[in-house]
Amino acid sequence: MPAPAKAIRRDISDPPVIEIQNLSMRFGDHQVLRDISLVLPAGQTLVVIGESGCGKTVLLKAMNGLLRPTLGEVRFEGIPLARMNEHELARIRTRYGFVFQGAALFDSLTIADNIAFPLREHTRLSAAEISDIVESLLGEVGLPQSVATMKPMQLSGGMRKRAGLARALALDPHLILYDEPTTGLDPIMSDVINELILRARSRDGVTSVVVTHDMHTARKVADVILMLYPLSRLPPGEPQVIFQGTPHDLDNCSDPRIRQFIEGQAGTRLSELKDEQARDQAQSTPPTPEHSQHTEDET
Amino acid sequence: MSNRASNRDSAGRGLGDWFATQIANLGEFMLDRVAGVGDVAIFSLKTVGWIFARRQRRDVLLPSFYQIGVLSLPVVALTGLFIGMVLAVQSYSQFRAMGLQTRLGAVINLSLVRELGPVLAATMLAGRVGSAMAAELGTMRVTEQIDAMESMGANPIYYLVVPRFLGCLILIPTLTVMADFMGVLGGYLYSHLLLGIDYHHYWTNSREYVDAFDFLMGIFKTFFFGAAIALVSCHRGFNCDPGAEGVGRAATNAFVHSFMLILVLDLFLGIGLDNLQDIFHPEGPRKLL
Repeated sequence: MPAPAKAIRRDISDPPVIEIQNLSMRFGDHQVLRDISLVLPAGQTLVVIGESGCGKTVLLKAMNGLLRPTLGEVRFEGIPLARMNEHELARIRTRYGFVFQGAALFDSLTIADNIAFPLREHTRLSAAEISDIVESLLGEVGLPQSVATMKPMQLSGGMRKRAGLARALALDPHLILYDEPTTGLDPIMSDVINELILRARSRDGVTSVVVTHDMHTARKVADVILMLYPLSRLPPGEPQVIFQGTPHDLDNCSDPRIRQFIEGQAGTRLSELKDEQARDQAQSTPPTPEHSQHTEDET
Repeated sequence: MSNRASNRDSAGRGLGDWFATQIANLGEFMLDRVAGVGDVAIFSLKTVGWIFARRQRRDVLLPSFYQIGVLSLPVVALTGLFIGMVLAVQSYSQFRAMGLQTRLGAVINLSLVRELGPVLAATMLAGRVGSAMAAELGTMRVTEQIDAMESMGANPIYYLVVPRFLGCLILIPTLTVMADFMGVLGGYLYSHLLLGIDYHHYWTNSREYVDAFDFLMGIFKTFFFGAAIALVSCHRGFNCDPGAEGVGRAATNAFVHSFMLILVLDLFLGIGLDNLQDIFHPEGPRKLL
């Protein structure tokens, strides 16, 4: 059972936390990820960026087994996730924390019960001990104690995200996954979340993966940045990972696709979208009958 | 000439392609349905497995029982009451024409406890409880709450499905008893107060033709109805499509599919239990007429 006291210090000499080999993900006829490989050392913060629909969230969910790969393998601390049954996967997941895009707090529970949920599920701590941990976590993410008895719908978006982070930290995870942690927040609250991500990282060198399209977050929290490109616009055979390096390398990269993304330039994208729309409409409109051909045959 | 021949060839190929497409679509449709049934079966087995694998927590179970049982009491009682009264209305004129109106109690109560009480109460609950469960779980699915539960190493079936399944399994038969009681009461009140049927004849005939086996047969069926409502509704919610439209469709499908399953179960259970009744009453069924 994970102990609330921070007894173990993890650092980069430990084996990789996540290893992904030739990962491909397909949903029906729609392929989202193609041949992705990466190694995430302990203590590192990896930020995954890319346009909407490039598969960032799918990659994140594959990392903790919420989605099973179509091809390839995902290993957590050397253990292949695909070979685990439900019970083994549930046990492994106690070493993860996951902060969802909308926080994904349970509507029917109070904030305190939400944060306490993993503690009640996986530990034998008494109610008083759990209450102390919840109080400590609320303080760590900058939430007042008064929110403990509130329901998620009574909180603002930023407060829900912080409550979600508190819940993710409850079991002292080895790896924290963040899915678009600053989406929908104002710039100040976004930076508060960034600071909390950095603070969480400083907890025994926890490893983090942050999926975002917010370049300010990427530059602030990343040790390594990985950029994915949508398969729908990638020529066959080209790698889907179009960048992997430090934030400094990203800023100096000359690839026009990367520059367009990090500078937030629409460029020719609007006309490309209009062309795509016109192509889709043409494909869905049935062809008109050929009257002239038929008339020629009758004569 | 060559144009006409090539047009005939194209038309033939077009027709052939059309037939091939229709057969392929039919095949895909059937495969999807079979896979769907298999999916529900696996989901059901996992649910039953979790009942025995780990004890339920009271703070998770009791709110579910309250939602399913206590809050459904008024609507089930009202349903039963009106079923009884409608039975009296519909049966009276036919029986009066044969001079058998005093046997109205037997007709109403036998129909109620064996068939109408269980089926209509289950149908009402499929609409009220089943749709609500599907909508709630569907909303949890589209807001990633179920993913969050899984990512914390907790099993969503244990936390979300088992309490609802146990609630339906235990409380739908209990609610059917209420529906039967109110139906019997409604049928009697209408027959005695408005149709003028004598109290003594009403209850004497009822006692003669309705026995404990009839009542228990009706209650026995409701265990299956309750299980069907819970499993189908929870499965629809867990597997709903994204967005508000997906949640709405899940809620609608939960009721429709539960209701159809109730009808199928009612038929087969009725056949089986009638055969069983022959064992208990080898002399044959008592004739009302």
